[in-house]
Amino acid sequence: MNPGGLRGFTERLGQRAAGGVEDFGYGALLLAESLYWLVLGRWWQQPVRLRAMANEMVEVGVMAIPVLSILSFANGAMMAMQGIYTLREFGAESQVITGLAVSVTREFGVLMAGIVVAGRSGSAIAARIGTMQMAQEIDALRVMGVAPVRYLVSPILVAFVVMMPLLTLLADSMAMLGGGLISMRELDISFATYLERVGSALTPADLWQGLVKSLVFGVLIAVVATTNGFNASKGAEGVGRATTRSVVLSISAIVVADMLFTFFLIL
Amino acid sequence: MTAMEAYPAASDEAIIEVEHVSAGYGAHRVLEDVSLQVRRGEIMVIMGGSGSGKSTLLRCLLGLHRPCNGMVRLYGRDIAALSGRQWTALRKKIGVAFQGGALFNSMSVGENVCLPLREHTRLAPNTMQIISRMKLEMVNLAGFEHLMPAQLSGGMLKRAALARALVMDPGLVFFDEPSAGLDPIVAADLDNLILRIREATEITLVVVTHELESAFKIADRITVLDRGRVLMTGSVAQVRDSTIPRLRNLLTRTAEQQPLDAEQYLRRLTGGTD
Repeated sequence: MNPGGLRGFTERLGQRAAGGVEDFGYGALLLAESLYWLVLGRWWQQPVRLRAMANEMVEVGVMAIPVLSILSFANGAMMAMQGIYTLREFGAESQVITGLAVSVTREFGVLMAGIVVAGRSGSAIAARIGTMQMAQEIDALRVMGVAPVRYLVSPILVAFVVMMPLLTLLADSMAMLGGGLISMRELDISFATYLERVGSALTPADLWQGLVKSLVFGVLIAVVATTNGFNASKGAEGVGRATTRSVVLSISAIVVADMLFTFFLIL
Repeated sequence: MTAMEAYPAASDEAIIEVEHVSAGYGAHRVLEDVSLQVRRGEIMVIMGGSGSGKSTLLRCLLGLHRPCNGMVRLYGRDIAALSGRQWTALRKKIGVAFQGGALFNSMSVGENVCLPLREHTRLAPNTMQIISRMKLEMVNLAGFEHLMPAQLSGGMLKRAALARALVMDPGLVFFDEPSAGLDPIVAADLDNLILRIREATEITLVVVTHELESAFKIADRITVLDRGRVLMTGSVAQVRDSTIPRLRNLLTRTAEQQPLDAEQYLRRLTGGTD
């Protein structure tokens, strides 16, 4: 490698690292300001509007129900099929229900909800805020004396924090249903027996683990999406880049956060 | 007939004071030592060619861009020293109509115009609706409140943006490039509208434009920017009669011929390498 090439490579690497740190700091500031408006907005006579929160909840949560239900159902069914196939070699196929119940509630339900929400709503939010940035709508809010973070980010944050646990419960239920149908057919058991075994396999801690993760994932997706939206520049291409970046970073962030959670909660 | 002749002289009280402002983006300086004053009740046109620094100056006046040197005072207050709450209070007295309108695409025209009222007042929804209709009437957009911004023409977008800028009854309104992208008839109509509004409301208007005809029609005074510096500030007649060569070039639409430096030209082509 020639020295110029090496120098260029290290410069680009340095710029990327500095950009990453800058984005992280910007995201942290957005989160802090968003919480500030949620807590003190009413006192400043600039409350975060309930209607805006409700609209975001519909967009983030209600609209995601069909696709999340189908994907979670299919995921649960596939996990049951793979589990039965693998465990059958050891004559332990009935243990698939325990494995399914624990892994879905702790890991896969919340992960599925996170990925669907990051792909659907995270990208839409980054595109929406990015387009507003290009069209000077964010500047218009500022000069009208309306804090853009209060008006745009706080309702999104609330929507994600409220809807992610609910979507996680939905994903858990649909995955269990999908896994249950396969288990009933392959293990020749009734649905009541299946539910009984699921009940005895799970502890409240399993459910809590998934729900706590869902809150963290919700905050991560909201912050990554809004940060990318606000930092969008250079026209339509910039908005496209912000949207892609938002999805990739959100999914990466929730997978890494999931791994860290699992490491600290299990090991 | 210019606006100055049609309207009584503005008061001497300065609403905007810009003192030795320099600003830029990173290492690139866009404004250099700019000073000007806008008096209460006048229409000040900030004029200049592309890249002269008009938009950056406007962003500095609105507090959207922080100058690296100098001071901007609005209503006698240094905007760099204002707290968040003081800024919010001050911004209620200011209206801004952006070049592209900057209307929120997800809201109807009526909702856009109502937005500042909804955020800053506790008026009943009916009252807000009446006020927004009054402002739309003022800009000749009555009956269009249910349309979405995407359904409006360029001229209508600018008028709707002006209605939103006026809805809080501000004392000071900024209008960025009112004539840009409009045909001459619609542009002339918008100039007349600006004059009518000033007459009816006695507000102070700062209009940023590069359209000479429009500037001469509406201005009480004109500040001409060139390469980030104030070339001159004066009445329409003073600007018209100016003998400053670069201003004459702007008025006569004459492109200045840059002397060709062969060495610099070659350096530009080769990216600065020998």
